[in-house]
Amino acid sequence: MRYAMAVDTKKCVGCSDCVVACQTENNVPIGYCRDWVVETMDGTYPQLEIELRSERCNHCENAPCVRCCPTGASHIADGGIVLVKPNKCIGCGACIASCPYDARYPHPKGYVDKCTFCIHRVKEGMIPACVAVCPTKCMYFGDLDDPNSDVSVILKKRKSKTLIPEAGTKPHLYFLI
Amino acid sequence: MNEELIISGRNNLAVDPHLHIWHWPIPLYLFLGGLAAGILFFAALYFIMGKEKEYPTAVRKVPFIAPILLIVGLAALFFDLRHKAYFWQLYTTIRLQSPMSWGAWTLLVITAASVVWSALHIRDIFPKWDWKYQWIREIETFFNKHKKVLAWVILIYAVITGIYTGILLSAFNARPLWNTSVLGPLFLASGLSAGAASIVLMSKNPKERLLFTKIDLVILGVELFLIVHMFMGFMASTQVQIDAAELFLGGQYTMAFWIFVVFLGIIVPASLDLMELRGYHVPALLPGVLVLFGSLMFRFVFVFAGQVSRWLY
Repeated sequence: MRYAMAVDTKKCVGCSDCVVACQTENNVPIGYCRDWVVETMDGTYPQLEIELRSERCNHCENAPCVRCCPTGASHIADGGIVLVKPNKCIGCGACIASCPYDARYPHPKGYVDKCTFCIHRVKEGMIPACVAVCPTKCMYFGDLDDPNSDVSVILKKRKSKTLIPEAGTKPHLYFLI
Repeated sequence: MNEELIISGRNNLAVDPHLHIWHWPIPLYLFLGGLAAGILFFAALYFIMGKEKEYPTAVRKVPFIAPILLIVGLAALFFDLRHKAYFWQLYTTIRLQSPMSWGAWTLLVITAASVVWSALHIRDIFPKWDWKYQWIREIETFFNKHKKVLAWVILIYAVITGIYTGILLSAFNARPLWNTSVLGPLFLASGLSAGAASIVLMSKNPKERLLFTKIDLVILGVELFLIVHMFMGFMASTQVQIDAAELFLGGQYTMAFWIFVVFLGIIVPASLDLMELRGYHVPALLPGVLVLFGSLMFRFVFVFAGQVSRWLY
């Protein structure tokens, strides 16, 4: 099982509902966020192209954060989801420094925190909070090994990209372009 | 034109607007660890070469400060942890992929070995020292008997510690400035030169001072070469590494790097060393203090600048 997410940059309107849904669902401490929306502007007026991306942890297959964690607190759980065990984390910050996407942050309680793909919801057959709440339905979640999952179907249909593939991380967060 | 903006807002502590997860304790620790490694390296090397009597400061005297440096360094590391109550998790596993994991074990070994090394020479400072308990005396006898093995362990672990302080940073491919394999040898060289400088500072024996002044000069030359080599590598690499190098080539860390690290920390002390070897009278403290200062600044500049460098996207 390899969970992945695809975000349709043509459908995203940058409303940040995904950010708020995540903060509420996961009790993210105030002032922090596990996901965020990026707007890129390319070109010169009037030939401008905007791309909107809802970003979060890329749940990399070759995760630098897991590689450099000295205690094994950062690990790849079932389904290829990158998680942190708070009781093993010493808060050294190595994983935060190692993430090219800056997707992690130190939780005020001391351990490192990040997107979990809402594993607690996924285990109960639901989809992650950000995906569920998106008003334009621009996000697709599912198992890459299941050819009929939402994410597999859309990735077959549409052209997609990942962020900084040259960092060698093999991300599981795709952007439909 | 390409402009990129986080429109939902993101202000995660220690991450935004650019990474600043590691503060002063980390460069301080990297300096103390490297310095202790340098000191212990020369102590073990000259003991193994059988030159304990010729270079007593290097072999017996200066190593007394190594355990203090290492313990202060470890305290700084501990201070920097954010989940301090769980620090012992470091010692429940060895993860070879994580430099911080095997580095933590290396530190444990070298700190213990440096304490034993100092304990074996404690009578140099307190001539009437007595261990009071028979079992400690037996341990002392044991280590005295196997002092050469201990010296080899210290020699090898000193090199590992010196290199590890650089590899710790170079393992992060997310920070292009750190992500160069030159960093391991460069940090080792910087630690060794700081070690040699502290021997020059503490020695009163002219022959010993001369030898370590020469050693210091050679290592400073190697450091300079490695720095040039590092920039050559960056400039011939991808855009992210070119951008990283530009932090030092016109960017915000240019002055700090070239003035404090290269000029005051390498070129000036190397010139003073050279003048001394040519027979000029140079203030005894100056080159040594400058080398130590440069070595400390090198870690500070590198740790802070590295956190500014990042991938384009």
